Amino acid sequence: MQNMRLKFLLPIAAFVALVVVFYNGLYEDPTRVPSPFIGKQAPAFELPSLQNPAEMVTEETFAGQVSLFNVWASWCPGCAQEHALLTAVAAQHGVPVYGLNWKDERSAALKWLQRMGNPYKAVAYDRENIVGIDWGVYGAPETFLIDSKGVIQYKLIGPMTPDIWQQEFLPRIATAREELANGGEG
Amino acid sequence: MSRLLACCLLFFAANAWAIDPSEKLPDPEQQAMFESIANEVRCLVCQNQTIADSTAPLAADLRREIKRMVVEGQSEAEIKDFLVERYGDFVLYKPRFRSWNLLLWVAPAIFLIIGAVAMINIVRRRTQLPIDEDAP
Repeated sequence: MQNMRLKFLLPIAAFVALVVVFYNGLYEDPTRVPSPFIGKQAPAFELPSLQNPAEMVTEETFAGQVSLFNVWASWCPGCAQEHALLTAVAAQHGVPVYGLNWKDERSAALKWLQRMGNPYKAVAYDRENIVGIDWGVYGAPETFLIDSKGVIQYKLIGPMTPDIWQQEFLPRIATAREELANGGEG
Repeated sequence: MSRLLACCLLFFAANAWAIDPSEKLPDPEQQAMFESIANEVRCLVCQNQTIADSTAPLAADLRREIKRMVVEGQSEAEIKDFLVERYGDFVLYKPRFRSWNLLLWVAPAIFLIIGAVAMINIVRRRTQLPIDEDAP
């Protein structure tokens, strides 16, 4: 008798489990692809600076500190949308922001910075999407959080919002800074 | 009537390819390899399209990189590794065998075994019935 009951209940249980899995899947955003770079060393690169083509920007430029690497372009509406917030939080929390100007024209990018303000300590100019591909970039804006050892701690796809900054970035920045303070001497 | 005809003709429209035929690689073997890879790689901007189909600028950049690697003589596996390393497993339409998708790969085998066991049980039970009746 017990056996018969199990035979009846097991398929129903399996069906319910499947419904739960699929129902949850409905609310997942498929355009946010998890980056395979989280917890890994940031890819090496060397690109001319946007403002000064003779100067090179490399991953060494932001070594030794907790920093943001923001992918942007003058043609990208999401970048304009997040720009004021990015500028404000970077200044407020003392996080240096570096830029990757992605698939853009130099003159248009410079004009954009002039108009919108420039929060970037340095901007690498990647017109041909060479470094973008190496970093797995597939849209703008994207923001990487990189710790002092050059390890990517988080990647945001899409514009920064106050909520995302509070919930995803601030705690990770605090952890990364603690590690820097503890292990900085060694 | 002409509207109906136009609608019908739509069914015969050729596939719109994003690959520019004038940019073919000189070596037909390399071109074939490039096309086969481009047809298996997901365009992350316009998902559900391959980078062979997509006209998105990112797809064009990835086609350029794949072409470069094909010409350099890299193998198909090396080129796919390059893409997966940067964009993750999702970039390949044919998922690779990984620990997290193990269930997905072995599920058909599991269901086949469950079905086979169930079938054997049922057949055995049915064949046993008349024998039981004949027994003294």
